[in-house]
Amino acid sequence: MVYGIRSFIRANMGILAGLLVLCVIIAVLNPNFLTTNNLLNVLRQTSTNLYLALAMTMVIILGGIDLSVGSVMAVSGVVTAMLVALFDVPLFIAVAAGLLVGILFGALNGYVAATTVIPPFIITLATMNIGRGAAYVLTDGQPVRVMSDAFNFIGSGYIGGILPTPVLYSIIFVILCYLIMNKTKTGRYIYAVGGNPEAARFSGINIKRVKFFAYTFSGFMAGFAGIVLASRMFSGQPTAGVAAELDAIAAVVLGGTSMTGGYGRIGGTVIGALIIGVLSNGLNLIGVSSFWQYIVKGIVILIAVYADVIKRKTA
Amino acid sequence: MDGNDETTGRVTPITLPSFIEVERMSQKLLRMSGIEKRFAGVHALKGVDFELESGEVHALLGENGAGKSTLMKILAGIYPVDEGEIFIEGNKVSINSVKDAQALGISIIHQEISLVPHLSVAENIFLGKEPVTKTGWIDWKKMIEETRKTLQQFGLELSPEVPVKKLTVAQQQMIEIIKAVSFRAKMIVMDEPTSSLTEKEVEFLFRTIGHLKEQGVGIVYISHRMNELFAITDRITVLRDGALIGTVRTKDTTADQLISMMVGRELTQYYIKDTAPENGGEIVLSVHNLSKKGVLNDASFELKKGEILGFAGLVGAGRSELMKCIFGLDAFDEGEIRIDGKPLIIRNPNDAIKHGIAYVTENRKEEGLFLIRSVQYNITIKVLDKFIKWLRVNARYEDQKTRQFINELSIKTPNPDQEVRNLSGGNQQKVLISRWLATNPRILILDEPTRGVDVGAKAEIYAIMNRLVKEGVSIIMISSELPEVINMSDRIAVMYKGGIRTILNRDEFSQETIMHYATGG
Repeated sequence: MVYGIRSFIRANMGILAGLLVLCVIIAVLNPNFLTTNNLLNVLRQTSTNLYLALAMTMVIILGGIDLSVGSVMAVSGVVTAMLVALFDVPLFIAVAAGLLVGILFGALNGYVAATTVIPPFIITLATMNIGRGAAYVLTDGQPVRVMSDAFNFIGSGYIGGILPTPVLYSIIFVILCYLIMNKTKTGRYIYAVGGNPEAARFSGINIKRVKFFAYTFSGFMAGFAGIVLASRMFSGQPTAGVAAELDAIAAVVLGGTSMTGGYGRIGGTVIGALIIGVLSNGLNLIGVSSFWQYIVKGIVILIAVYADVIKRKTA
Repeated sequence: MDGNDETTGRVTPITLPSFIEVERMSQKLLRMSGIEKRFAGVHALKGVDFELESGEVHALLGENGAGKSTLMKILAGIYPVDEGEIFIEGNKVSINSVKDAQALGISIIHQEISLVPHLSVAENIFLGKEPVTKTGWIDWKKMIEETRKTLQQFGLELSPEVPVKKLTVAQQQMIEIIKAVSFRAKMIVMDEPTSSLTEKEVEFLFRTIGHLKEQGVGIVYISHRMNELFAITDRITVLRDGALIGTVRTKDTTADQLISMMVGRELTQYYIKDTAPENGGEIVLSVHNLSKKGVLNDASFELKKGEILGFAGLVGAGRSELMKCIFGLDAFDEGEIRIDGKPLIIRNPNDAIKHGIAYVTENRKEEGLFLIRSVQYNITIKVLDKFIKWLRVNARYEDQKTRQFINELSIKTPNPDQEVRNLSGGNQQKVLISRWLATNPRILILDEPTRGVDVGAKAEIYAIMNRLVKEGVSIIMISSELPEVINMSDRIAVMYKGGIRTILNRDEFSQETIMHYATGG
């Protein structure tokens, strides 16, 4: 285990240092940053992006991309919210239905990606539009308010009065994804297919099944993120998760995963998502306007990825 | 090959008297002297001298890792030199970039073809130096006209406008050479140019080389194929472990001498085929009338237990295609495959693997290895079932399996976690073979098993094959190197245009017979 932590630090040295420097700068400019409350806040704000980014890591290592996750978040959130608020369906079933919607979208992406030669960028661009449209059609473009304490607990509750529920999910999903990528056959096959699809085929690896799994998992995670987000906003919003896929991709790339597939780490993505989370939280604390935040975020991504490329070249 | 290489290097003083004569000759096209290069602790080149006359074909020989590529990459401006001097036509030069090298008339043709597949022949040849009209637009007319002329000069019947991806590998290689020449190259480095060519195409390449010699171009020729070296080179320089072992005139040397210079020990028995299957051995695999439109034509053969069945034929004769059908990578239209006499349906590689078939592809980088992953990952990827159960990984079993193969096949790697791309060609090939041996195959299909592999590793691969057949494994070996097929096979199937033209027994083997059938006779 000690070895695991050490190798984690060594593999992610660059961005870990970046994250620390970022934290120090923000803490100096506003000491409130380092309070327990705020740090938990950062983790909570990071969580939905982290769910998406974890699954996105798998899809990108596989050599694909999933642009539909932001829209799937909206549909899943809307479906669950509507079932709870308008149809009085038991919460458990409503959540299951929301997740199912996510899984179906993911399965559709996976099926088309596995069985056709359409590039995944195009496939998920299409389902991104379909998903967003579906969310608008279902709600007629209006938010669906939910007045259920149980529903609200999903995304806004605390465990033991301190640990926000979304952070708990984050911990569970990070462990789950780490295990999938490092301890299962599927994980190794994902690296194989992304690293050299021809070699995977010649080795008798079932490429279709691997692709189908990764996209379906991504759909599931997007559905889950959508439900958590809806719960935090006390409503299903058809505009939820706009451009969320881009933050997820940014986290993955910051984490050192190769956009051409075959290489990447779950641990890196966690740090990548934290950098994005710390950045927006910190900029808010310092009082930088949200318009400027976009610009800062863009510059940070460029610098971080460039530094990573340089590091890798000289290593 | 451990022990003190420096001493063995000194024991083999092959600098012949004739070498001194050459030294006296007028101006050298290229002289590299005392070249030193270190990479993070590795002493890659230890004071190497190398020279090239104009109109000379000078071979650079050595096992993989001997320093040939490093030396040539320094010449090409890819690596900076640590110490030593480079003279071109008597003038001291410093080569700091690929551009510098090109400007000095140095051109390198890599093993991997570096053409742009979607662009036409003309566009590829003129890439980066397109002729322009007065108004600044690309002068297509001139480009196509000049390309047409050059193609004719080299005896290639090709349209300048055809996309390069539609050409055969051999044709693409010729385009590379033309491209090099059109840079007004004074010297061309050819790195294993024949590794994917058929005999006929090789002949054609040799004619081209003759043509270049006449024009005074100097050629550095890197190859492991002895017969080629003796066919076209004037001198041969041997490197071992980064040190210069010697430069000899080709006409004054022998293959045995070269090999012992290369490996630092006598390799008297290069091909070691010391087994023969029992007569009337049982038939493990039989293929009946396999056909696939435009590719395979009524191919039938039988494979006996413990034999090596060689497959000879020209490139495009359908040898790999036939094996891909047997292995379930490609579908076929008609025919039947039987194992132990039982007909079976193979829909995908996993079906074939279940029946004990393994296929080691000819393109280890493209279709075989996961280059950015570890030796261990590559060896175990097909047998994960044996040590991964859900989330439980039996790491000890995995380590043990990996080490077993690293030892048995003497794979030279610092550790099992080394990325495969950092290994030499021969060791990469052994990793790929290990992956398939891990599945305990009864039938092992080896497609060009020694392509791009140095002599030492070649001999080791032959030894592995011998060991396997002794253990009762049956081997199908596709090879375009005739000496290899002839020396290693028990029988040879010769393919021609998708069909099996004949199957020869050992007493009928000869290069002439095989070529006769391979060309449709």
